[in-house]
Amino acid sequence: MKERILAAYDPFVLPFVFGMTFVLGYCLIALVRVLVQLKPADRQKFALSLITPSAIARNVRDLFCDCLFHVKLWKRNKVLGYMHASIAFGWFMIIVIGHIETILYIPERLHKLYYPIFFRYFMEEQNQTLQGSFFFFLMDFFLLVILSGITIAIIKRFRSRIVGMRRTTRLTLPDLIGLYSLWAIFPLRWIAEGFTAGVAGGSFMTIPINWLLRNFMSNPQNFTLAWWLYSLALGTFLTVLPFTRYMHIPAEILLIPMRNAGLPVRHTRKGFTLAMLYACPSCGVCIDACPMGVQKKNVQDATVYMVRSLRRRNQRRSLVNAEKCLMCGKCAALCQVQLDACGIRLAYRTAQEKKNNRLPADFSYLAAVAPRQVGEDKVLYYAGCMSSLTPVISRSVQKVLEAAGIDWEMMDKDGSICCGRPLMLSGRQEEARQLIEKNRKLIEDSGAQVLLVSCAICYRIFKEQYGLIGVEVMHYTEYFNQLIAEGRLKLENGHETLVYHDPCDLGRGCGIYDAPRQALAAVGQLVPAPKERKESICCGGSVGSLTLRYEDREPITRGSVENLTANNPEQIVTACPLCLKTLSRYAPVPVRDFAEILADHLEP
Amino acid sequence: MIDFGYGLTPSATLKIENVQNPLFEELHRREPDVAKCIACGSCTASCSAGVFTEMSLRRVILSLQRGREKETLPMLRHCMLCGKCLLVCPRGINTRHLILSIGKVYGPDGLKEEADR
Repeated sequence: MKERILAAYDPFVLPFVFGMTFVLGYCLIALVRVLVQLKPADRQKFALSLITPSAIARNVRDLFCDCLFHVKLWKRNKVLGYMHASIAFGWFMIIVIGHIETILYIPERLHKLYYPIFFRYFMEEQNQTLQGSFFFFLMDFFLLVILSGITIAIIKRFRSRIVGMRRTTRLTLPDLIGLYSLWAIFPLRWIAEGFTAGVAGGSFMTIPINWLLRNFMSNPQNFTLAWWLYSLALGTFLTVLPFTRYMHIPAEILLIPMRNAGLPVRHTRKGFTLAMLYACPSCGVCIDACPMGVQKKNVQDATVYMVRSLRRRNQRRSLVNAEKCLMCGKCAALCQVQLDACGIRLAYRTAQEKKNNRLPADFSYLAAVAPRQVGEDKVLYYAGCMSSLTPVISRSVQKVLEAAGIDWEMMDKDGSICCGRPLMLSGRQEEARQLIEKNRKLIEDSGAQVLLVSCAICYRIFKEQYGLIGVEVMHYTEYFNQLIAEGRLKLENGHETLVYHDPCDLGRGCGIYDAPRQALAAVGQLVPAPKERKESICCGGSVGSLTLRYEDREPITRGSVENLTANNPEQIVTACPLCLKTLSRYAPVPVRDFAEILADHLEP
Repeated sequence: MIDFGYGLTPSATLKIENVQNPLFEELHRREPDVAKCIACGSCTASCSAGVFTEMSLRRVILSLQRGREKETLPMLRHCMLCGKCLLVCPRGINTRHLILSIGKVYGPDGLKEEADR
């Protein structure tokens, strides 16, 4: 191995050096901004997580799995997983191997930013020697891997359905410049190294191209031209990177430890949120995921476009988007970088609500509501306000509890005080707090140890915000499933085919997927829906959306029903009063509540 | 003409289209659906806050239309935004958003007496 260009410099490296310096500078400033914008408590939490061994292990694992191997994407779609992992991991390996070669053979050049990148140009080696052929082979192998990934990427851009995506993101001009320069980098590298293969050695990719294009490659003028073009493509890509979706490459490295530190979303555009906005790769998985996407006009409200409007400080679009979302959380559940889309929208609504003109709330009337004394051995049942529109739920819960011989008392017999989640979702945090405090006092003063809840919306806020001491909150699907397992609740199987609809707040919100399914398997035959569990489609009735009109909710509900009835079940079962009410409107088969169907199959 | 000691006076009919109600017009501009209300009272019947107070969205809408907001606006302060009225409305009005819009248009000033403004 010896140096071919003794000056170790050629003007063609300048575009690359410029782009790289620019990107590093931009990222450094962005990093400082993100850290400065964090609240002191959050910053401390973040710093602490960086020195905790378990958090370090998790960060390293996530950095490899998410940034390089794209395990999440592999699980979702193998072709896309290969496409992205091949480009990311292949490129990473080419950079790493370039550095290893420099360290091994000419460590005194390592301080030059460009040297490992254009190593082949500056060094020559015979491919017959072991060290030469080994590194030449590795480099060519990873180049082949990247080129195969780029080929899939090109196909995806023009015919996304071939790789299993219905819609891809509409790109902006900088995105397109970045995209085309990214596509150009690797073929140009192939050609450039094809030239050096003639004078400094190559392997199974670079030597054949040298032979194939012999006429072109034998002209020394083309030699420098090829390396210039390669460097220009790199320089263009790096220079536009901060203004494109490719910002996710550096940003994800910051986002992963921040996410693992468990920082909350506090602001619409600052601190942790800013890191998330930068880390969005605009992959468009959220576009197909969004239940509002059944109407083409709503595609512009997918999370990827919300991120874009926030990054551009487009207040008008951001507001429309934040207020329209159903907050079903599907985009966040499927997001490749785990962007907390609902959290950002909630922060936006809260900030907006502070600016809005409004009538001050007056909940003084709640003071007169007295707690029910139930004692330790009784179960306290909270039906929730929605359940008063679907009285079948509380009637059925009563039947089931009595059949199992449970002593119980209803908390909201004389009218429910709302759990506070609808107020929270509309951005009124302080008002929501008042309701939460009142309800918490009612629950804790009752003396009960188990709070049974039949509404998925209430359940989620009880779990997340109430912080109840000495009271176990249980959703009725969990509780009844437990009663069945303990043998206290005896049911007979009616052998009907049932499909279970996962309510957003219960499934994606609280992670309860199995309890209702296990219990339903005791009363009927469960059939799967094409999209279920974390991919289940919102019923469209969600109180999360502030502005979505009745006419626009109908197509969402129909889409959800269509998914549920794909395998021709005899009945649809759900575990949320709101889903029950909404799905019943358009479903061709009966929609039943979880408790209702259990009550129907009680052993006589 | 013979003078009978009394004459004809112009009509004293109140022309409803001449009544100035800019706040309600603003509300109607933001929330055109408010005009769809048929005052059926389903919202009032299902209201969570209505169990504990005299809150009635139906009365609020009617009084706003008549420019008598001070009679009913204080009721809206009891609303918990639970969204049941939205589910039962036969006209498909987005009542939750309507309540938020009323707050935006009338604001805390709507609660004060004319002299205090």
